[in-house]
Amino acid sequence: MIDAILNAAPAWALSHAAPLLVMVPLFLAPLLALVPTGRIAWLISIAATGISFLFALILLGLVQTSPIGVVSYEVGRWPVPLGIELRVDALNAMILLIVTTIGLLASVFSWPTVVAEIPKRKRALFYSAFLVCFAGLNGVAITGDAFNLFVFLEISSISTYVLVALGSGRDRRALPAAFNYLIMGTLGASFYIIGIGFLYAATGTLNMYQISTLLPELAGHRSVQAGFAFILVGLGLKAAMWPLHQWLPNAYSYSPTFVTMFLSATATKVALYALIRFLFTVFRPDYGFEISAFSAILMPLGIAAMVVCSFQAVFQTDVRRILAYSSVAQVGYMILGVSIGTTAGLSAGLFHLVNHAMMKGALFMAVAGVVLTYQGTTIRDFAGLGRSAPWTMTAFAIAALSLIGVPLTAGFQSKLQLGFALFDQGLWWAVGLVVFSSFLAVIYMGRVLEAVFFQPPVNPRKTRKEAPVLLLVPLWILALANLYFGIAADFPLGLARDAAAAAFGVEAFR
Amino acid sequence: MNTDHHVILRVIAKMLIPVITMFAFYVQFHGDFGPGGGFQAGVIIAVAVILYALVFGVPAAMRAVPPVFTRSLAAVGVMIYAGVGFWAMLQGGHYLEYQALFHEPPGEHHGQHIGILGIELGVLCGVSGAMLTIFYAFAGRVAEIRDEDW
Amino acid sequence: MLEFLLERANYWVVIVLMMIGLYITFASQNLIKRMVGLGLFQTTICLFYVTLGKVSGGTAPILFGDDAIEHHGAGHGAETEGGHAALDAVLAAGGEHAERVAHLTNTYSNPLPHVLMLTAIVVGVATLSVGLALVVRIREAYGSIENDEVNEIDLETALAQHAEAEKAVSEATA
Repeated sequence: MIDAILNAAPAWALSHAAPLLVMVPLFLAPLLALVPTGRIAWLISIAATGISFLFALILLGLVQTSPIGVVSYEVGRWPVPLGIELRVDALNAMILLIVTTIGLLASVFSWPTVVAEIPKRKRALFYSAFLVCFAGLNGVAITGDAFNLFVFLEISSISTYVLVALGSGRDRRALPAAFNYLIMGTLGASFYIIGIGFLYAATGTLNMYQISTLLPELAGHRSVQAGFAFILVGLGLKAAMWPLHQWLPNAYSYSPTFVTMFLSATATKVALYALIRFLFTVFRPDYGFEISAFSAILMPLGIAAMVVCSFQAVFQTDVRRILAYSSVAQVGYMILGVSIGTTAGLSAGLFHLVNHAMMKGALFMAVAGVVLTYQGTTIRDFAGLGRSAPWTMTAFAIAALSLIGVPLTAGFQSKLQLGFALFDQGLWWAVGLVVFSSFLAVIYMGRVLEAVFFQPPVNPRKTRKEAPVLLLVPLWILALANLYFGIAADFPLGLARDAAAAAFGVEAFR
Repeated sequence: MNTDHHVILRVIAKMLIPVITMFAFYVQFHGDFGPGGGFQAGVIIAVAVILYALVFGVPAAMRAVPPVFTRSLAAVGVMIYAGVGFWAMLQGGHYLEYQALFHEPPGEHHGQHIGILGIELGVLCGVSGAMLTIFYAFAGRVAEIRDEDW
Repeated sequence: MLEFLLERANYWVVIVLMMIGLYITFASQNLIKRMVGLGLFQTTICLFYVTLGKVSGGTAPILFGDDAIEHHGAGHGAETEGGHAALDAVLAAGGEHAERVAHLTNTYSNPLPHVLMLTAIVVGVATLSVGLALVVRIREAYGSIENDEVNEIDLETALAQHAEAEKAVSEATA
């Protein structure tokens, strides 16, 4: 399919895919602030995310066919240390593909939920903020310039705060949640630029690739190590690394359902990508301080996230909070994979990142469908829905099984890879904890599934029905992807392996 | 009308506002090769309108410069900025490559000049629009301060 | 010891201000004060970058004197042409470090951190305005801008809703 797109694409699309991927949504976002109705804004946002999706496919194809595995684009043709470079290798190409796919599916499914949750005169502006956020996330993933990454990170974050706060129409607790997210997110980004300041002081450049070539001589330098610490904490905050995740559960529970779905599948993933980019490409995993950071900080924190947040999820009564805590736990799996510090571990972490985007996307879409028709998100509200909304709830169940890691689902494949990577390093106890955490996932998802399929409806007087078709189609695309990639995992696994190799800077990566 | 005891303020403000706006445009057009530019100029233009709002009241300022206009101005500014980039791309260059705007050989600076002016114009619109939108968003929420309360 | 302190005077200032900002952000219950702390924190980062860019003996990075009249062209002011000359030098420099190629006679501070901080200030303005807008909305929704009071109100509402739901369930089953 990618070959066909590469052949069909015109020459300008091939050479300018990188900037167009970000700039088309960023150009259309202000346009949406001018259009009169929300419906037009919705159609334009589908078009924008669709175009970005095509460019992401083109970029992936270009990266895979390129002899060095890198597509580089100098903005304004300013030579590299002076200008901003957009630098795409297998790692970003994968992240861009995830973000744009989820963005496209999310904007297709969004209309019914936006009609239900956002006041009429704010709808066009809502889509405008969504496109800014989407463009910002893509920008973080595509840029090769450390400071530009900060700017895109803040573009996406600031629009995210607005999107989260728009949940206040349904529940006013969205406002304090958005405010706390703003404080934590801004601190994270600020820590990140302090770290970049130290790196700039040591190397005199902001281009990430150049920093990485200059760093080996300076790795013992105190300011480089300080920069590393600041970047780790800053991006860890953005990626909801335990214990820096306090903003996440509230922000996910009270924002509009569409926003929750989009954010859970993309925002933390992109921040995690930035962290991986710094840990593996800019800094090398063989620097002494980074090895100790892996074994003394990242691995314990990843495991703690897996176990503690799964426990917290078990005791929640609101389905969205269960899923939010589960998100932090899943970030823990990814961090654990990353902290092994080997190609196998990193590719397992990235593979889980892809799968998690698919399953959390599907789960939150199904929750959005329930909110749309039933107005409630507690487990009790879900009781008996398996009978009245079988399509929505079957997709929910597939994604939930994938989240648990049942064989023949995508979640199983990535946990298997993670297990292999841990066994290779003799970390059998960590494998045991992964299994234990999956067992906790059985409990917390099992509680929801039990209510959905085996309990009678608590309040039969309320009418319930199936979610609209517009919502079911993207939901089932994601649910079937969970099944398909659980059986034939070659495509995402190949992407993740290429990406891990690219992160390590291995040139012959296929 | 004896109630209007802000005559001096109003007269001075009316005299100052055009000067402030002129200064904003000086900063704007000085900004392509010297200190200055669209960001500063945009803020100064916004200051002129905010001064008007402070002296004559926010409703009067909203009649003169409506909130819909400021919001659109901010959006149009971003589109001008991005549009210059797309223009360079249509001319066969990279995104935002000013040299490609008029297909010039290296050493000619016409494209550089026009390109940065276009960008600065976009920044001017974007920043002044955004600043005024922020100002209206906050100032429009509180009750107007009556003359007697000053 | 004194030398050690004085040599790093800018860093001490940055550290102290940054910690004050961080402390206000975390310790204060008033949402506006938290925004003030955040603003202080972000401004200190600007200070940090700007002191990084200071070259000893350097002036503000605006070409003047001999640097500004390297090329004599017709029709343009000296300042504009100086800009062109520097631009050509920068373009010719390619991958090399630009300042070595540009042959400047005067010493200038590094302009790049200033430019970066201009961007960071804009980001800070956007964050501040979104944050204050949220505070306004919180005040409208809760009637308070104290974090602990907002949490307390939330807790009370949650308990009340829970009790109501329990009642509805017992009525439905009865």
